[in-house]
Amino acid sequence: MKLTLKIWRQPNAASTGAMHTYELDGVSPDMSFLEMLDVLNEDLNAKGEEPIAFDSDCREGICGMCGLMINGQAHGPEVTTTCQLHMRSFEDGDEIVIEPWRADAFPVLKDLCVDRGAFDRIIQQGGYISVNTGSAPEAHSIQVPKDAADRAFDVATCIGCGACVAACPNGSASLFMGAKITHLGELPQGQAERDSRVVNMVGQHDHEGFGGCTNIGECTAACPKEIPLDVISQLNRDLRTALRHGH
Amino acid sequence: MATPTLVKGARAARSTIALKLLMAVSGLVFIGYLLLHMYGNLKVFAGHDAFNEYAHHLRTFGEPMLPYTGLLWIIRLVLIVALVAHVASFVALAARASKARTQKYAVKKNIASTLSSRTMRWGGVALFIFVVWHLIHFTIGKVNPAGGPTNDPYNLMVDSFSLWWMTVIYLLALVALGLHLHHGTWSALQTLGLTGNARARARAKRLGVVIAVLIAGGFALVPLSVLFGLVD
Amino acid sequence: MTDSHSEFSSDVDSHADAPTIDPDLIDDAVDYFIPGEPLVDTKAPSGPIADRWSTRKFEAKLVNPANRRKLSIIIVGTGLAGASAAATLGEAGYNVKSFCYQDSPRRAHSIAAQGGINAAKNYKEDGDSVHRLFYDTVKGGDYRSRESNVYRLAEVSTNIIDQCVAQGVPFAREYGGLLDNRSFGGVQVSRTFYARGQTGQQLLIGAYQALERQVAAGTVTTYARHEMLEVIVADDSSGQRRARGIIARDMVTGEVQTHLADVVVLASGGYGNVFYLSTNAMGCNVTAAWRAHRKGAYMANPCYTQIHPTCIPVSGSHQSKLTLMSESLRNDGRIWVPKRKEDCAKDPREIPEEDRDYYLERIYPSFGNLVPRDIASRAAKYQCDDGRGVGPEVDGVRRGVYLDFADAIARLGRDAVEAKYGNLFDMYARITGEDPYEVPMRIYPAVHYVMGGLWVDYDLQSTIPGLFVTGEANFSDHGANRLGASALMQGLADGYFVLPHTIRDYLADGPFEKIDESHPAVVEARTSVEERINHFLTVNGTRSVDSYHRELGNIMWEYCGMERTEDGLKKAIDLIRTLKDDFYRNVKVLGTADSLNQSLEKAGRVADFLELGELMCIDALNRRESCGGHFRAESQTEDGEALRHDDAFAYVAAWEWGGEGEKPILHKEDLVYTAIEMKQRSYK
Ligand SMILES: Cc1cc2nc3c(=O)[nH]c(=O)nc-3n(C[C@H](O)[C@H](O)[C@H](O)COP(=O)(O)OP(=O)(O)OC[C@H]3O[C@@H](n4cnc5c(N)ncnc54)[C@H](O)[C@@H]3O)c2cc1C
Ligand code: HEM
Ligand code: HEM
Ligand code: SF4
Ligand code: F3S
Ligand code: FES
Repeated sequence: MKLTLKIWRQPNAASTGAMHTYELDGVSPDMSFLEMLDVLNEDLNAKGEEPIAFDSDCREGICGMCGLMINGQAHGPEVTTTCQLHMRSFEDGDEIVIEPWRADAFPVLKDLCVDRGAFDRIIQQGGYISVNTGSAPEAHSIQVPKDAADRAFDVATCIGCGACVAACPNGSASLFMGAKITHLGELPQGQAERDSRVVNMVGQHDHEGFGGCTNIGECTAACPKEIPLDVISQLNRDLRTALRHGH
Repeated sequence: MATPTLVKGARAARSTIALKLLMAVSGLVFIGYLLLHMYGNLKVFAGHDAFNEYAHHLRTFGEPMLPYTGLLWIIRLVLIVALVAHVASFVALAARASKARTQKYAVKKNIASTLSSRTMRWGGVALFIFVVWHLIHFTIGKVNPAGGPTNDPYNLMVDSFSLWWMTVIYLLALVALGLHLHHGTWSALQTLGLTGNARARARAKRLGVVIAVLIAGGFALVPLSVLFGLVD
Repeated sequence: MTDSHSEFSSDVDSHADAPTIDPDLIDDAVDYFIPGEPLVDTKAPSGPIADRWSTRKFEAKLVNPANRRKLSIIIVGTGLAGASAAATLGEAGYNVKSFCYQDSPRRAHSIAAQGGINAAKNYKEDGDSVHRLFYDTVKGGDYRSRESNVYRLAEVSTNIIDQCVAQGVPFAREYGGLLDNRSFGGVQVSRTFYARGQTGQQLLIGAYQALERQVAAGTVTTYARHEMLEVIVADDSSGQRRARGIIARDMVTGEVQTHLADVVVLASGGYGNVFYLSTNAMGCNVTAAWRAHRKGAYMANPCYTQIHPTCIPVSGSHQSKLTLMSESLRNDGRIWVPKRKEDCAKDPREIPEEDRDYYLERIYPSFGNLVPRDIASRAAKYQCDDGRGVGPEVDGVRRGVYLDFADAIARLGRDAVEAKYGNLFDMYARITGEDPYEVPMRIYPAVHYVMGGLWVDYDLQSTIPGLFVTGEANFSDHGANRLGASALMQGLADGYFVLPHTIRDYLADGPFEKIDESHPAVVEARTSVEERINHFLTVNGTRSVDSYHRELGNIMWEYCGMERTEDGLKKAIDLIRTLKDDFYRNVKVLGTADSLNQSLEKAGRVADFLELGELMCIDALNRRESCGGHFRAESQTEDGEALRHDDAFAYVAAWEWGGEGEKPILHKEDLVYTAIEMKQRSYK
């Protein structure tokens, strides 16, 4: 396959970037998208041009490190992570536009790499259950109905990739937040901190400069883990309950 | 780059979600009002006297417990409060959203969102302008563009909609309203946290369609009927 | 306890006399190393094995809570081992700094573990116990692990599950609301807890959340996108040598930073990426461990590599990594190849039952498809070497065998199979473009885990005082082969329950004499890092870093992979030396030092892999026996089974860095079993 790639290049956070165009030949449909970029980088390196910086680590769709805006879609045209996207999803001769996640809360560090530290800080604000090591009760002393356990699991699969933010017209991180709120809120262990958790996480979310959600639904469509919009409903509901409880 | 600090003492009431709740509640108030208003408008089909009587009745409702136009003022007050809340939260949320992504994408596709969800802001502004115009037309100014009398609500309405361009203005507004309600209804339910599973979500979305068609369609009946001479 | 093994000897171990080896045969590697003093682990208390850990915990000195804030701990790594340690030590009130090279601690490679985590909960009442888990793990490790450590691991395994459940880890549950377990590769009890196929992810997120909670509490500071490039080992005024900090590079700004502390913990994961193609994440490296090794920490059993039997086969030369399919698939999938070479290119669905060779079920009737990983891996290699492999030809050979779910689907129904393995099937379909519900999957072995790592004592302390090593980065618990679902267990055991107790014994003597950035050891460490960076950026040769890495990987896979021979290893050592030479003279790294520079990052890692690769080969050359994941072709039974030589090799090979261009020094720690009897393994 032969491709025309339009890629955002930006030397560092402070500088302004621009789109650059590259031609790449000899792409095999079995390559993953990132392997295609590896090949391009080998080319660039050989030509003496600095390779394109992009993030990836596990390359199996679970670490959440990768994430590119590909032809206007977060993680590209399939419902999966960028690293699990394969070139068989493209046609010979395609033009592919590759940009970093765009959100002011995710500043670009270089080329296609962004800083998603805001997600960690949202978790710091209550995305956990407070239990010190060694003080846990016997595991079977807590029973969790299978439905609740399954639902908690479904939404706990969020990999923190940020595609939801990237896809949302409002730059909102509600899906990410909602996933954590729902995961912990579904379990008996998560009840004690339920009110403070949602209030503090949303407080941090707003502070980081993410937009408010207007229920547009692009996030869930971009989410590689198919986190459903239910979690935003749950998030809203938990906040409303916290409001009622005077938080 | 924002300095990575942790917020202390976050308050639920100061969150974007609280703003959204305000928006949803005020929006639902509007929907409630519009249903009433539509019911009133449809009295047109009951004839001149029934309609005017209804308008009169609105003003004398609750007398002597309430003064003349008492109920109306209560409704108006609620509407004004709702409007202020709705518009204020709109302004705050829109401002946040525009700051959330200052560098735009070169290419951005919409995959799952509806046209109505993406046009809420402009649609809202259009509705606002419409309402201002509408109030001048029917309530505050009582302008009869056809030049007839303005003290008879029935005639004022029939006269107005006899003009094709008036009808067009209203129909356009109703299209905007329909779009706004299509997304708005589901959105309000989601914001209130009432759509916590796929079935409830699908139901809320269907309700959005129903409300949009019902209200926009219900309102449209009047100008269309006048235009086509079904009512005169 | 000494005779309790009899309770377990009913399974299939062979009771043949232990084989002996001709002493002349064990000096394959004499020209490559210098013998050193034997090593003993003095920290494990003696006495009954079941009491050792309680004794040690009791004897370890305490640190007054008021003093903890003044004691600083650096933890490199935020995987299960590092994040759990950072969270726990933060909770205890120490001043913790946590480092990882990813953009968030949550992305450490532990996240990729699919299958599950073992714990001797015996919820199924199927005869499990701490002792049985201990026994299985030692046996699984082919009697090359340290008994007291393994027992402790089994002992704390139950606490791990309690801890994780309390944190909200959504383990699979039964309809009654209680935790579900399954049985996992090579064991006959159900003791593996799991969260669908994403156990590692859920456990790591649990530990990550506990860590972030401490960040908010102010006890832990995280440094994401920071790569540790050197350890600072400094003498204090009384001449006491201690690890006192690290040099790290801020991978965004390029700033070379000095971080000082009272103690350093390496939880930096495994080095399987020395093979270039492995199931490890792209960034997995040996740098943290190797830099410590060069500063005096011994590297133990570096050649012990686990090759995982169920990975998706290579599809071409562009491949950047291999993807594992959880071995839980072997519970229900059946492995086969065509009986006849002519059938290999056929659609597998058209090959009738009688023309299929379910070779694992045939050769190992009692374990069948659930034989340990090394056996399953080698068996697959043999089928393919024999020309009966399936899938596309890469370089003229079909390297793949079928993993077939047709029977399982017929027996359990598609829905049940989907519920159990759906995400794995989806992953397979996405990568290969084939539908595993319709066509059997193809699998092939790939490097997956390294049992070798920095040598640690019972306290998890390396040979550098004040340098502790946990998780996959140390060598301690898995011997020559790791039982499925026990790495997660080990990482969390180390981080939540072991290190916090043993490190206090060390810290009780602190805070240690203050050192500052002008201390010669700091200056030396810093300068060496800066010089290395500078060197890579100025060589300006002709070959990319990746091309060296790939070549090294090929050498390692070819000669130090599933099957190793004396000649092959010697050849590999020569090849690696030449490659290393060329690397330093001809590598091409563009960009600058003071910006995000991924080629530069990789260059540092590959440089260390080159040195490690050589040591792995030397270690493999020295160990002229087959044990666990290490298979020396010269040491096999008549029917091709691994043949151990306990008389000559029942020791841990702990290698000391001999100096640049010098031979490494071999220290042996003899493995003594008091609670278990060594047996030759047989899975027939
Ligand atoms: C695909 C796959 C599936 C697996 N499945 C299972 C399973 O089902 N059950 C099981 O028990 N085990 C499984 N394992 C093995 C297990 O996941 C790992 O052995 C274990 O998670 C290692 O944990 P760790 O904390 O030691 O290291 P890791 O999780 O690898 O973490 C290493 C950390 O160190 C950091 N780091 C490394 N080098 C540096 C440096 N130079 N500077 C700064 N930071 C650095 C990294 O950023 C990272 O945070 C699997 C492994 C793989 C690859
Ligand atoms: C005729 C009157 C109106 C009705 C019936 C109405 C109704 C609604 C409803 C029900 C919602 C959904 C609330 C939610 O988000 O959950 C909504 C949202 C919205 N409204 Fe209105 N609205 C009206 C007028 C306006 C006006 C005058 C404006 C702006 C000037 C406006 C701007 C918006 C915007 C931007 C949203 C989207 C925000 C969001 O979905 O959160 N609306 N409206
Ligand atoms: C065909 C459509 C419509 C017709 C014929 C119509 C007609 C009227 C009439 C006759 C009045 C004056 C009632 C009175 O003073 O007794 C009125 C008032 C009003 N209408 Fe409408 N209307 C229409 C659509 C709308 C729409 C779409 C909205 C809002 C989005 C709206 C909002 C209002 C408001 C806020 C008032 C003022 C009520 C008050 O005086 O308190 N109307 N309308
Ligand atoms: S919710 Fe989905 S898109 Fe958002 S961070 Fe999580 S996995 Fe990524
Ligand atoms: S796209 Fe954005 S507006 Fe809400 S529903 Fe998703 S976060
Ligand atoms: S690289 Fe880990 S999810 Fe893509």
